[in-house]
Amino acid sequence: MTRPRKLPALLLAAVLTASLAGCAGKGTAANGSNGTLAVFAAASLKSSFTDIAERFEARHPGIAVALSFAGSADLAAQISQGAPADVFASADARNMAKLQDAGLLDGEARNFATNTLAIAVPPGNPAGINSFADLANSGTRLVACARQVPCGAAAASVAEKTGITLRPVSEENSVTDVLGKVISGEADAGLVYATDVRSAGGRVDSVPFPEAAGAVNAYPVAALAGGGNIAAARDFVDFVSGPEGQEILAAAGFGPGAT
Amino acid sequence: MTGHQAYTGIPRWLYGLAALAALVVVLPLAAMAARVNWANFLPLVTSEPALAALGLSLRTSVASAGLCVVLGVPLAVVLARGRFPLSGLLRSLVLLPLVLPPVVGGIALLYTFGRQGLLGGTLEVLGLRIAFSTTAVILAQTFVALPFLVVSLEGALRTGGQRYEAVAATLGASPGTVFRRVTVPLVLPGLASGAVLSFARSLGEFGATLTFAGSLQGVTRTLPLEIYLQRETDPDAAVALSLVLVAVAVAVVALAYRRPARPAGNKATTRPTAAAGPGGGVT
Repeated sequence: MTRPRKLPALLLAAVLTASLAGCAGKGTAANGSNGTLAVFAAASLKSSFTDIAERFEARHPGIAVALSFAGSADLAAQISQGAPADVFASADARNMAKLQDAGLLDGEARNFATNTLAIAVPPGNPAGINSFADLANSGTRLVACARQVPCGAAAASVAEKTGITLRPVSEENSVTDVLGKVISGEADAGLVYATDVRSAGGRVDSVPFPEAAGAVNAYPVAALAGGGNIAAARDFVDFVSGPEGQEILAAAGFGPGAT
Repeated sequence: MTGHQAYTGIPRWLYGLAALAALVVVLPLAAMAARVNWANFLPLVTSEPALAALGLSLRTSVASAGLCVVLGVPLAVVLARGRFPLSGLLRSLVLLPLVLPPVVGGIALLYTFGRQGLLGGTLEVLGLRIAFSTTAVILAQTFVALPFLVVSLEGALRTGGQRYEAVAATLGASPGTVFRRVTVPLVLPGLASGAVLSFARSLGEFGATLTFAGSLQGVTRTLPLEIYLQRETDPDAAVALSLVLVAVAVAVVALAYRRPARPAGNKATTRPTAAAGPGGGVT
């Protein structure tokens, strides 16, 4: 009698422990007081900012950079809700503007990189995509970002300028989701950033298209007024825009951010 | 309504902790409700994308709950009544989606039904494309919701005991007749609550759908995916739609637990009358 009734209880306990374990350890606030610099950066900056942070730490003994990567909109929302961050690097101007309007920035944001769209196809390009117009071929399974996220807005603007109507089979929330669907071979083509193609290594091929130049995405970075380590935050922003930061970003496929 | 007078009191401090536990759930929901932009609530939840997402969610969740019943009833009966080696292992495997992160389920489904997946090639030859289709949404929802039905039903089957089935069998009923005329009616409440719970779980499915089915208005973008997307640009819309989902969830939970709790012993139904001893007895 007691045995079967234990089953749901045990399950529940298992679920609870699992979810609590998942949360533990994440809550350590990374704020300035003890030489920690919390950098919130767009997901597409993951590999380059990891390198930049390492070099920055080498140049600034005593400062540990704590990186947090997510979609720019998520990060902006977290920061405006009081997340302890010293630096914010966004993949678009809109999310930076939100924080600017809320008076959360220390000074002005600075564009430090640009990214252009690229067509990613599975190795060997099975669907034979050779141009932006080919994306509209019937039977081609195109995956793009939704208009609400920066990569989707860029794709929509290229489509508008060229007068080509894209009919994606899926409009994803993030560029990494698009890339994943191309890597797994589910999609015949995906509209991603040039840097994503680079970071995917040989797992996708890239089809360049000249129309991409019409929708270049600028990445702004800024120190945050509410951070506990403003001097170090300003140093970090300078470092990102400086020669060493720019070299790392260029190697990842970003364009220069001079404006 | 039984046992208004408790035999022993509950320690006072338990009330305090219980209130805290209730707050853990209620406070965030209340905080969200407080953020609803009521002036625009109706236009926000009746926008074309919102209605498309709600309609898709309801249709796919009904289909998934149906699939869960069709597949889950035999499974629960086999797990509760069948005698075969490794049944414990099978149960653990079937319940796995309860503890797995849904995104893992999505990846697993992708490698099963995807174009390059285990069955993908065969399906492609048959002209069936699952990825990016509404079918993919239903598969993802069924994957995560099936354990809810199986757990509810297996619990009902086990607490119900096998006395009536044994009696029916001694009276000459075939296993098929016993199943239809005795077993199923006995566990009907458990089956109903299991079906409602699997519907609710399907309605809330997010991770597996996003990973496996993609996101396209009217085809694969269910309400949770729409909320996730709206949050990028229009937090008001996201909050309003969240509230709709909460309302549906409240209705569903109320429906599932309307009966006086989970029947202990033999009170599940009154149809087969027999001397029902307390505690299930030994069969």
